[in-house]
Amino acid sequence: MAKFKKKKSGELPAVSTASLPDIVFMLLFFFMTVTVMKDDDIMVENELPTANQVQKLDKKDRVVYIYAGKPHPRYQSKYGTQARIQLNDKFESVDAVASYILAERASMRQELQPLMTTALKVDKETNMGLVSDIKQELRKVNALKVNYTTKEGDAMNNLK
Amino acid sequence: MARRAIPEVNAGSMADIAFLLLIFFLVTTTIETDSGLDRKLPPMEPQDEEVTIRERNLLQVLINKDNQLMVNEELVELEDLRQRAVDFLDNGGGTNDQGETCDYCQGARDETSSVHPDKAIISLVNDRETKYSTYIAVQNELVAAYNVLRNREAQRLYKTDFTEMQSVYNDPKTDDDVKDRLKERIETIQKMYPQLLSEAEPRKN
Repeated sequence: MAKFKKKKSGELPAVSTASLPDIVFMLLFFFMTVTVMKDDDIMVENELPTANQVQKLDKKDRVVYIYAGKPHPRYQSKYGTQARIQLNDKFESVDAVASYILAERASMRQELQPLMTTALKVDKETNMGLVSDIKQELRKVNALKVNYTTKEGDAMNNLK
Repeated sequence: MARRAIPEVNAGSMADIAFLLLIFFLVTTTIETDSGLDRKLPPMEPQDEEVTIRERNLLQVLINKDNQLMVNEELVELEDLRQRAVDFLDNGGGTNDQGETCDYCQGARDETSSVHPDKAIISLVNDRETKYSTYIAVQNELVAAYNVLRNREAQRLYKTDFTEMQSVYNDPKTDDDVKDRLKERIETIQKMYPQLLSEAEPRKN
């Protein structure tokens, strides 16, 4: 009988935490693989409008980004509150769009050049005037494929 | 010399290090939005010939600076725009250039609305002071109208949605032979309801 009594030592055994590093590493690898490093520092307010008839953007190597919107609060003292265009970490005027597109297209691989898409990431509070100016510039350099980048959601939210 | 046993390295802090890295990646991760409305701008070259469009074949959508919507001289709420566009495109009240009637249209065959999806043009005009979000909402509704009709025909012919076929086609993981088959189907549907959306230069007042 004494044999059996030995087992009842009373205290609960501690939960082994030996597998904790494994779990954490698993999570770590997940985040490491899904992380995309931001290549542009966005200097404008960039609250995108919502739409639900969206299509996925093409592969990254054939997409050129144009940002537009009011300057971010920390740049407002320098650049004012008028909506502006941002190309490659710099505020630019509308005239610079065409040369920017041409430069980006020239730096692409030959076979990708006709597939080039311009992604317009425009803040939802922006007036269409600025967007139309960009569109006119894009037409001038024959960059006709555009993608109005949006968040997924009900389009009716835009009216609020 | 007496051999000493090498002491085992304590791996207890491994979890801490991993946690530190994990938190770093958690904080720096931004899930990029990479979807949107694909559109094609009209080319810059001036048109050789003046195209005359009959009024019944034109759905005029105007957005003013107060973000109000006017469709064919009538004030319309955004919620109703999709149905208006569907009715207009699907009317099929006549024949196209080849003299074919639209046998797949299920519209009202109204005398005052479009004759054939081939001829039905939606014209979108906005003001310079229109808000971008309103413009996107309108674009979204118009694309939705085309998708409603295209999905309907795709369901009838191939028992699948047009948007579904399109997303499979655009997926880089799809095999080439599947793509070839899909391409043919997508083009058939696109020919039934071609997206004729014209955008004029915005108005200045």
